[in-house]
Amino acid sequence: MGCDMLSIDVTKQLGALKLEAAFQSDSPVTGLFGPSGAGKSSIINMIAGLSKPDRGTIVIGDETVDDTASGLHVPPHRRRIGYVFQDARLFPHRSVAQNLDYGRRMNKLAPDAAHLQRILDLLDIGHLQSRRPGQLSGGERQRVALGRALLSRPRLLLLDEPLGSLDQDRKAEILPYLERLRDEEHIPMVYVSHDPDETRRLAGHVVMLKHGRIVAQGGPEVLPA
Amino acid sequence: MFDISPEEWTAIELSLRVAVVATLVSTPIGIAVAWVLARRDFWGKAMLDAVIHLPLVLPPVVTGYLLLLSFGRKGPIGGFLDQYLGIVFSFRWTGAALACGVMSFPLLVRPMRLSIEAIDRRLEQAAGTLGAAPWQVFLTVTLPLAMPGILAGMILGFAKALGEFGATITFVSNIPGETQTISSAIYSLIQTPDGDLPALRLVIISAIMAIGALIASEFFARRAQRRVHGL
Repeated sequence: MGCDMLSIDVTKQLGALKLEAAFQSDSPVTGLFGPSGAGKSSIINMIAGLSKPDRGTIVIGDETVDDTASGLHVPPHRRRIGYVFQDARLFPHRSVAQNLDYGRRMNKLAPDAAHLQRILDLLDIGHLQSRRPGQLSGGERQRVALGRALLSRPRLLLLDEPLGSLDQDRKAEILPYLERLRDEEHIPMVYVSHDPDETRRLAGHVVMLKHGRIVAQGGPEVLPA
Repeated sequence: MFDISPEEWTAIELSLRVAVVATLVSTPIGIAVAWVLARRDFWGKAMLDAVIHLPLVLPPVVTGYLLLLSFGRKGPIGGFLDQYLGIVFSFRWTGAALACGVMSFPLLVRPMRLSIEAIDRRLEQAAGTLGAAPWQVFLTVTLPLAMPGILAGMILGFAKALGEFGATITFVSNIPGETQTISSAIYSLIQTPDGDLPALRLVIISAIMAIGALIASEFFARRAQRRVHGL
């Protein structure tokens, strides 16, 4: 990659907390690490376009998606990002197959059976397609959410504590899928977590946040033991 | 006893037509109003809410008279529609549909609004991140998830429209074949000697129609509820 995959320089007032963050990353996985309330989710929501910075710029690949100086704010649906939320947020009124197909339809992409099959295999969700979201376990739901985001063909995948609502066994079930995703799909990811072990396993570049500020960044070695 | 006369059939058919048209025309307006009340904050929102609920608390004869004043041929709105679009409401079945639509509107909007308010907006955000523009989010997420409330509102509104009497008879009178619905036919019959038996027949028929609407509402609401809960 010639330029940085992601470049951020933003400030935003969040109640009493003033969030100030500036970093660049061209690592396949950028880890946003810190305790809850540090501002990690606020940053990822700004990257997604779900909220606007008070001041600053956000650049994804070679496209500036936020620039407060010129009043630029690209809405979420035009950012070509994938977002995996902690609580999956599958559409309850649609089957798993319809959930998976949603991004492709909204982006008017041609059906791609090979790509679909690859994602289904990668995440082991092929057998779940006719189910409804209410009939899935927590881990299955999160894998389907991952598949749904991937199948919208994003240029950047945002993961906000995707394992946060799962117990230890489930976490251990999902982590290998995330590693495979990183190694086989070559879609850059931003991974938000408060778990140092998870972050260490996945992230090449770590941005450590506390009280809305970046306190350290660099390779996984900046993480606490 | 169950020998229904042609006049009675006409009244039944007219009641159904008036209620169906009133409900179908009110539904898109009701969804829009419900969405605005559920999602938008603006100056005059309390006022809009109050105006919508007015037909529920005003005497129906007052609502009917207000419709006559505004939508009658000499009224400001009715005169305009007559002159420029050739649409006439007064003493026509369309006027009965208008009266029924206005009277049932608060009942139609309420469940729609509640179901839109109950939607998890984070699902709409998720749709946005998957590439759905706001109008696509509305059609593919908001509308289907609000469906139980939309159906409940439609059926409640339909049942109310089916039985509306006061505003209708005030606005469009009681003309057999044009504006005489089941309710106004019953009203005429009980003022006629020997009208008891036919009146009773229409009473039974209207009760069957109302109960049918309630059963249908329950059935659709259950089915839609299941879907919305991801089962």
